Amino acid sequence: MNVLRVILTGWLMHLKMLSRSWFNGVLGVIWPLFFSTSAFLMYGSHGGRKLIAVAVGGSMIGIWSATSTSGANAMQHERREGTLELLATAPVNFAATLIPVTLAMSTVGLYSMIATVIWARMLFHVSLPVVQPFTFGVAVAVTVVSVGLFGFLLSAAVVRFRAAWALGNMLEYPVWLVCGFLIPLSLLPGWVRPVSWVLAPTWGVRAVRDASLGGSPWGSIALGVTLSVVYCVAGVLLSQRMLNSARTNATLALS
Amino acid sequence: MAAIEVRDLRRTYRTRTGIRRTSVKDTEALRGIDFDVEKGELFGLLGPNGAGKTTTIKILITLLLPTSGTARVLGFDVVKDTRSVRRRVGYVFGGDRGLYERLSALDNLRYFAELYGVPAREQRRRIAALIEQVGLKGRERELVEGYSRGMRQRLHIARGLLHDPEVLFLDEPTIGIDPVGARELRSAISGLLSAGKTVLLTTHYMFEADELCDRIAVISSGRIVAEGTPKDLKSNVADGHVLEIEVYGLGDRAVETVRQVRGVRAVAVEEREQAQILVIRTGPGAELTQPVLQCLDGVLVGKIVTREPTLEDAYVELVGKADM
Repeated sequence: MNVLRVILTGWLMHLKMLSRSWFNGVLGVIWPLFFSTSAFLMYGSHGGRKLIAVAVGGSMIGIWSATSTSGANAMQHERREGTLELLATAPVNFAATLIPVTLAMSTVGLYSMIATVIWARMLFHVSLPVVQPFTFGVAVAVTVVSVGLFGFLLSAAVVRFRAAWALGNMLEYPVWLVCGFLIPLSLLPGWVRPVSWVLAPTWGVRAVRDASLGGSPWGSIALGVTLSVVYCVAGVLLSQRMLNSARTNATLALS
Repeated sequence: MAAIEVRDLRRTYRTRTGIRRTSVKDTEALRGIDFDVEKGELFGLLGPNGAGKTTTIKILITLLLPTSGTARVLGFDVVKDTRSVRRRVGYVFGGDRGLYERLSALDNLRYFAELYGVPAREQRRRIAALIEQVGLKGRERELVEGYSRGMRQRLHIARGLLHDPEVLFLDEPTIGIDPVGARELRSAISGLLSAGKTVLLTTHYMFEADELCDRIAVISSGRIVAEGTPKDLKSNVADGHVLEIEVYGLGDRAVETVRQVRGVRAVAVEEREQAQILVIRTGPGAELTQPVLQCLDGVLVGKIVTREPTLEDAYVELVGKADM
């Protein structure tokens, strides 16, 4: 069985489903605009590179928020739809059924990224320069995949629990702060930094900033890829363990 | 080799209540059941709610682990050979859910075809054939959220058959479907047997089991209380009659009095809107209409019918005995 085909088809199907939710789409676009607007108004006097950095950080909010809240709730959604048991009894590895769900969510976060960039240009006259278009594209793609795989790890960890959405909500705002979306990491206490290093959005936002401002993003991209692999391996092992536990404890019920 | 072999299968659910002082409660859903289903057979598992039907199916499709005992599907152990079992079985359950509402029927089938390992070159042909087979041709590009319950159920069947499973588990597939839709579905289930499939069906509808099943096991409180062909089960109650009396305002005391009448084998009460139907199983040659009516003093009596016993009567008697 071709696992990559399963993931690709699943990603396309979940992307279709998410794109058909008008409410989620509008919310996903508008929600990050409020925060980026606040940040633009706060940093307005700094001008130039600072504002571009804020625009990138604001656009990352959408990708992260789409994945963290929805990722933790993804399995509950499958449970409500009555499809979770079917995914769990498919002959394919259970992880291959979870990965496309959260990857599709982080991909949908790109809507809000684009909206934030347009918003910044229209209202605050801040244009994202994109000095290295190819590198920028790679940085965005790696960021989307690494955030999606972090969401996968999260959803695998909480697949047995019905109140998992609370964990996603709890993680949403701290990550904005810890990963330096809107404020530099140097302003945070030293003990926070190791936490930010193991979170993919830290390297994602850094890579996209460097690619648009003309720095060298490859180090951050490499770390993003490395974290993606770590999340993926940990998620596969964890999802298998959680599935076995669910089979023992009967916690994959349809309702 | 039987298609399904179940030996001394047990499953206990453990639930915890309380926060500070937690108490643990064990519920025995299956108390050691044994049965075999032969290849190409349609086997029915009947029983009231909570009897253990769905638990049995969930163990057989590898969704649940048994507490003890063994179960094999096509020779593969459901605990050890999980993937081999999953490749060879299909699972269809009743109700509205189990489909992606925001996808079309076609996309649902495409996605599940990938998940269940249908080779890419075969997918298009097989999906088209199944859509035709379940009568959804022309509607396959519509979103499932607009489907009626009957259409969803037919799509469920198509999904369950995508990977051409040798054994199909149908868990109350006709629940909530209108009579015409249910009849079509039953005809589709009969068609599965001519295609060589082995089917394990659970249902609450006795006429359905009577019409479709080669053999039936009646399960009650986690134990199999009877097993055989529908004819065998009916023969357990064939040496008597059934007296059905339409009554209004029947109390528990009257039912108990009827139960004590000499020649009465079993009594059940069915609620029908304002009326109740008193169903009395009588022994051979017993004419009990008058003695029973004497017990119903003060109760408004409507229509009285005497008839031959059905599979449902056999079922009620078996489950009733098991619960006593």
